[in-house]
Amino acid sequence: MTETMTDPQPAAAGGPLDPASLEAAVAEALAALAAAADLTDLAAVRGAHVDGRSAALVLARQKLGSLPREDRADAGRRLNDALGAVRDAHTARLAELTAERDARVLVEERVDVTMPTRRRHAGARHPLAVLSERLVDTFVVMGYEVAEGPEVEHDWFNFEALNLDPDHPARSEHDTLYVEPEGSGRLLRTHTSPVQIRALLSRPLPVYVVAPGRTYRNDTVDATHSPVFGQLECLAVDEGITMADLRGTLEVFAAELFGTGLATRLRPSFFPFTEPSAELDVQCFNCRGESARQPCRVCSDEGWIEAGGCGMVDPNVLRAAGIDATRYSGFAFGMGLERAAMMRHGVREIRDFVDGDVRFSLPFGIEG
Amino acid sequence: MLILMSWLREQVPGLPPAGAVADALIRAGFEVEGVEAVGQGLAGVVVGEVLAIEEVAAKKKSVRWCQVRVAGSAAADPDAGVRGIICGAFNFAVGDRVAVALPGAVLPGGFEITARKTYGHVSDGMICSASELGIGEDHAGIMVLPPDAPLGAHVAELLDLADDVLDIAITPDRGYALSIRGIAREAATAFGLSFADADGSVYSTGAVYSTGAGGVTDAGAGYPVTVEDTAACDRYVARVITGVDPAAATPLPWARRLSLSGMRPISAAVDVTNAIMLGLGQPLHAFDRAKLSGAIVVRRARAGERLLTLDGVDRVLDPEDLVIADDSGPIALAGVMGGASTEISPSTTDIVLEAAHFDPIVVARGARRHRLFSEASRRFERGVDPALPPAAAQAAIRLFTELAGGRAEPGVTDVDHRRAPSAIRFPLSEPTRLGGRLYSDESVRGRLTDVGCLLEEDGADEGVVLVTPPSWRPDLTRPADLVEEVMRLEGYDTIPVTLPRLPAGRGLTPSQRHVRAVARALAYEGLTEVMTLPFVGAGAADLLGLPGNDRRRAAVRIANPIAEDAAYLRTTLLPGLFDAVARNIGRGDPDIALFEIGQVFRELREPARPVPTPSVLTRPSDDEVAALNAALPEQPRRVAGVFAGLREPATVLPGHAVAGSAGGGALAKGRPADWADAVEAAHAAARAVGVELTATADEHAPWHPGRCAALWADGELVGHAGELHPRVIGAAGLPPRTVAFELGLDELLAAALRRGPVEAPVISPYPPADRDVALVVEAAIPVTEVTAALREGAGELLESLTLFDVFEGAQIGAGRRSLAFGLRLRATDRTLTAEEANGIRDAAVTEATRRTGAALRA
Repeated sequence: MTETMTDPQPAAAGGPLDPASLEAAVAEALAALAAAADLTDLAAVRGAHVDGRSAALVLARQKLGSLPREDRADAGRRLNDALGAVRDAHTARLAELTAERDARVLVEERVDVTMPTRRRHAGARHPLAVLSERLVDTFVVMGYEVAEGPEVEHDWFNFEALNLDPDHPARSEHDTLYVEPEGSGRLLRTHTSPVQIRALLSRPLPVYVVAPGRTYRNDTVDATHSPVFGQLECLAVDEGITMADLRGTLEVFAAELFGTGLATRLRPSFFPFTEPSAELDVQCFNCRGESARQPCRVCSDEGWIEAGGCGMVDPNVLRAAGIDATRYSGFAFGMGLERAAMMRHGVREIRDFVDGDVRFSLPFGIEG
Repeated sequence: MLILMSWLREQVPGLPPAGAVADALIRAGFEVEGVEAVGQGLAGVVVGEVLAIEEVAAKKKSVRWCQVRVAGSAAADPDAGVRGIICGAFNFAVGDRVAVALPGAVLPGGFEITARKTYGHVSDGMICSASELGIGEDHAGIMVLPPDAPLGAHVAELLDLADDVLDIAITPDRGYALSIRGIAREAATAFGLSFADADGSVYSTGAVYSTGAGGVTDAGAGYPVTVEDTAACDRYVARVITGVDPAAATPLPWARRLSLSGMRPISAAVDVTNAIMLGLGQPLHAFDRAKLSGAIVVRRARAGERLLTLDGVDRVLDPEDLVIADDSGPIALAGVMGGASTEISPSTTDIVLEAAHFDPIVVARGARRHRLFSEASRRFERGVDPALPPAAAQAAIRLFTELAGGRAEPGVTDVDHRRAPSAIRFPLSEPTRLGGRLYSDESVRGRLTDVGCLLEEDGADEGVVLVTPPSWRPDLTRPADLVEEVMRLEGYDTIPVTLPRLPAGRGLTPSQRHVRAVARALAYEGLTEVMTLPFVGAGAADLLGLPGNDRRRAAVRIANPIAEDAAYLRTTLLPGLFDAVARNIGRGDPDIALFEIGQVFRELREPARPVPTPSVLTRPSDDEVAALNAALPEQPRRVAGVFAGLREPATVLPGHAVAGSAGGGALAKGRPADWADAVEAAHAAARAVGVELTATADEHAPWHPGRCAALWADGELVGHAGELHPRVIGAAGLPPRTVAFELGLDELLAAALRRGPVEAPVISPYPPADRDVALVVEAAIPVTEVTAALREGAGELLESLTLFDVFEGAQIGAGRRSLAFGLRLRATDRTLTAEEANGIRDAAVTEATRRTGAALRA
């Protein structure tokens, strides 16, 4: 074969364009393409056999013009067939080798995807904030608006307007932190209820508000006490509001807090700012009231969880806000956030809420 | 309030078991916190007779070796059921019958009795005291039983010891329920049982001596009493009892009743007054008649008067204090506590018994003033039945006679200035209006009658009744109070479940949404939210190195702080965050990023003056509300964060997926937080609400003076960020290079609200022209000044400006730096020509040169 190539023949017969020569050139090219091991090889083979200046078929084409006119058409057709075959083979081989190369690269680029990937520490919201927002949203979708008030509050808002005159025995239950100077009437609010008064004074009737916030008691921090704790208050004042409306609203709230399908009960109780007053109990979500048969850590075998205080807004409160209690009525409900969070999430110590230990908050995430 | 079921049953025969009573009381609004069975587990305690006693000398004390027969009759077999028992008490003799705990018995407290060898004998059981049986306080001696107690009988059955104690939390409006009488009425109502009330109406006497306003008493009949302040004491009953046996011991059933009700038996005289108080709710006081000098006077204290109260405290009295006095001066703080000078003693034989009604507020104030809270004051504060004193005194006399052999003198002093009860106009439809269910007129009338109310028809109005509440219910003054009585007795569980029809709400306000956005943004930035205690000590401002005139020194002080190092309210969020960071590091987490959103408190610039308190009888005027608000400290909301340790943890190297790498050990070291993280966190918080902050260099405590950025929005200062001052870091115990930011949340939200709706940019489809410039400026010139100049000079065809290199070195010259910027230029309506682009670049450089002295880097 090589001898044939290096021993030029007359153009008409035995030249590079005769069928045997072309066939030989094609065969040689195909063999070389097949032998190319990688894309680098293939590039060299392409120069040598496909379209490089010294490729046999390229050289053969240059001879085409020197053929007698009558032979050119046949020779040209043979040459084109040969070139086509070689080019197709090259294309196929190129695809093959490219695929091989790509596959190899992907293998080589393999990483250990189980390595630590976090480039930034995780953050988290405070569980009480998340819970508060969740409960607030429950009321907001019902049509309530969020009312706010200051934490250092005036006695008039915190007590007097709420039907707690200075000698009211219930005041002693509040363990109030007072703010200097004494006699200024300033104190750290003991509940979110003063926001009720502020809302009634600042908004047109009807008033439907929910008020989350921080409140204060003169207690030192330990496992079960904290001088600071969150409350959530809801207030509805409208014509025709009834205790039945309160019950219905509390059922919506209880389902959001502890899950659906739990019974609720109202127990008669006393709050100066509501009359009639009640405590809300929600069936324990853990034992579902079956604690008589199996000990329950969540409700201490009570079967019920105390979820907050509520009642119909006391006429004296409405009067202090200038509202006609014979025309309007209302209900109010207040609950402690820590207690609810402790129940819901099994928090053991109330101090965890104020310590700021990231290990406590991180599991709660950001959106709750 | 501890309620002994056996005592309750005595008042209301036919009550079901304790558990059912507890449930019914809970349903009626009495929070039963516990039901405790007592006198259980005494199965092995039997009646025994002491046959013989032999003293056994021991090292320190002597004991007695007793032969006790605990079973059967002696006739058949003299030795049957006789046991030898060692006993340390000496208050019994041969022939006495005693309670013997046999081996195997378990006494209250889990104390198991076994036969054991002691003092050289096998003690085959234990002779018990009342306290060992859980039925009394008396530890001193053995409980000697009546001589007719049958041998071998179970003591628990014999003494009717098996009982239940209800622990009930009484709400402050229901003073009447601080008694067996009050609870008995509720229990009877709950089960439809009859209840024989021992109230004042039962008691009738011809010997009531009322005085006029002048306060002169007919002393001929009873002990002379003058009530000067008849508003504070509208009823005062005094009885004289003579011939009391001072040595009389309270018999076991009453001792047991008192101790199970939570009162220690003390002496017959004291125990009688306590028993009546527990039973009827009427606090009584017994004066030793021999120590009284002259008439009893009920009056306010005079300036300078003192009283040694029974708790041993010598008290200076306030002119507001209501006292009981005699010729010697005050002898009791009315309704609160008696005085030592007339105290019942072991030699008292004649007693003046006081059964009075004092004004709740007067007693409450007196108790609070002297920080002296007694069982009596607790009841008077919550309201005692003013009809009760004569009956309570009579009941006490009966008990005195029974327990201590006393005899009442015939005279009764009853200074009675009670006001006639006023009736409440009550529409019978009111419970239905507020309850959301139908309460028939019949059930409303029935329930009010159950409570003890008198109902009369209101002649004028159909469906309206005049309701006179009973004397023991001072809490019932308004229709709403009666509504509650009807609802609770009908049962709250009969109230249906409905929802109010709300008008459409407006949802969260923009500011409320923004606060949440800020919190979430910071959490997503990797900070953990905390809610620290807002209390700080006096040194907080000094620790932060705040200058003298800084508003953050205007801390609000708490009048009755929990602790002196927590006597002030925070003026900035940073101290609480510092503590939380230090706590986390102390617990082993050195890489920490915390934030807090909360109120801080800054005292008014002028001292807060007392504000006249508006009436609660009408709506306050806007001015009155404004005055109340003006007295409150400033309470801005702020958001702050602190970073210590690594901001970025050790992780895979960025861009680590290059070919040929094995992917094994390529971990980056992690990056410590620096000042820029603090600034960037502040930016993140601001961007969350669409606010772009600009930074300027500032020197502001507690930050490092060279690494502190003031952050601005629309020319208003919003806050600061950067590295903390090394001195503050040291004082707060933080790791070196701790960084922090603090922003005014209110300022930030205001800036967010000013923004209005976002205006969408016009997106150009034409290619950009990018031009780079390197400018050499004095190192002291802030980058923002150069960028501002470039922006200004380039004009509105500048799409973006990026600082991509900062270089300092010898080629530039000392004190100078090279800033390389990329300018991306683009028009919205055409492709910029090279000439146009170059012209803009040159204009930008020219402006930068003009403003900052920048030179194009050669």
